[in-house]
Amino acid sequence: MTEREIEITLNGRRRKFRAKPNELLINVLRDRFSLTGAKYGCGLGECGACTVLVEGKPVLSCLTLAVSMDGHDIRTIEGLGDEKLDPLQESFLEHGAVQCGFCTPGMIMTARSLLDGNPSPSEEEIREYLRGNLCRCTGYQGIIQAVKHCNEKNRAGGGAA
Amino acid sequence: MQPNSRFLAQEFEYLEPGTVDEALALLDRYRGASPRILAGGTDLIIRMKTGALRPEQIVSVGKIPELQYIAPDNGLRIGAVTPLSRLERSPEVKGGYSALYEAVRSMAAPAVRNMGTIGGNLCNASPAADTGPPLIAFGATCTLSSLRSSRVVRVEDFFVGPGRTLLAPGEMLTEVQLPPLPACSGSSFLKIGRVSADIAKINLAVYLEREGETCSLCRIALGAVAEKPIRATNAENLLFGLRPDSGVLKELARMAGKEVRPITDVRSTAEYRVDVCQVMVEEAIRAAWARSGGGPIR
Repeated sequence: MTEREIEITLNGRRRKFRAKPNELLINVLRDRFSLTGAKYGCGLGECGACTVLVEGKPVLSCLTLAVSMDGHDIRTIEGLGDEKLDPLQESFLEHGAVQCGFCTPGMIMTARSLLDGNPSPSEEEIREYLRGNLCRCTGYQGIIQAVKHCNEKNRAGGGAA
Repeated sequence: MQPNSRFLAQEFEYLEPGTVDEALALLDRYRGASPRILAGGTDLIIRMKTGALRPEQIVSVGKIPELQYIAPDNGLRIGAVTPLSRLERSPEVKGGYSALYEAVRSMAAPAVRNMGTIGGNLCNASPAADTGPPLIAFGATCTLSSLRSSRVVRVEDFFVGPGRTLLAPGEMLTEVQLPPLPACSGSSFLKIGRVSADIAKINLAVYLEREGETCSLCRIALGAVAEKPIRATNAENLLFGLRPDSGVLKELARMAGKEVRPITDVRSTAEYRVDVCQVMVEEAIRAAWARSGGGPIR
């Protein structure tokens, strides 16, 4: 198998790397770029722990060949917020939406894309959208509240969403 | 080594055509070998991780924009590599082909629908493929193209068995065609799974046309209850020319229960599938009838 030269935009920066065709995006992110936020949970597309955003849309990195990402824009949990946390991350902290934290990067990336398209989702819309992200610890309530109130809080505080 | 889902142990040649012609040329060149098309990867990569499939060549079609479209054209033409999430957002699909919209909404989760494509769902040919029953119920067709020719087949005939389709070596699915629907028509899709993101224990779609108070056409397509999605043609015929009422529906549901040939597997038993598909058939007909503008069914 011949290695291919791949160029991506990763968390806002242009990055080049070489990969064999059978390398998965999750392993390139974790091992090559040390971005260990995306987690290996099931490897079969059922848990959502490996979720990253490609062109702003949630994608499962455990089922994505790294070589297919040439020319794409990828954002991981490490690419949210800059000096301050993203408002959604703040909301997760405030609402007790994190216990062991394993599902959290996937949850946040998925929810981030939901809020980008729909700033005030209903609880039902949130549950529907997050149904591919499994959590063993929290029972989901804190997560849903965190997503639901993320932008409400900001509006109440007078800041931009 | 044991199958492992943490990484992909298999080695293969990765090919990334930029146009349909390039893709067909590659498939033709490797027709004696074992190429597989990679679209969203949500089925193929899993099957390769578990060792169920061992392609020697992967022809990745994700960078062929000319295969991603939803075009109104005396009905609807859909490019094979169109992601399911795009179908979900399409006003033509949601407004015109309810059963297909409902089916796509029922699939997995947003991330999987961003990756997965309508062509991939058909070509993976799981007997539980959710786009199968609605496309069959609408009488949809699909184009199978090769370097030298192309042919159009009914989606109903495209499925041959579990993981098997009509695709010949060198052929790829390029388009799905949905016929235009008359005003007094309605459709419905139902799926039962363990949880909302699951593969179906049973899925089915009903499409019917109404003339005044009677049903002039009815198609019932069921998935996960046979080796491929099937039509319950005997059940369908019971409704033809009749005004639907509870008695007819009970008869029809019972007939559908006789036409399915399910197995017992990890998701459900054959007995459950026979029993519950009857309930679902009745419910789907009631919904499709209401959507066609039909009055209440007594």
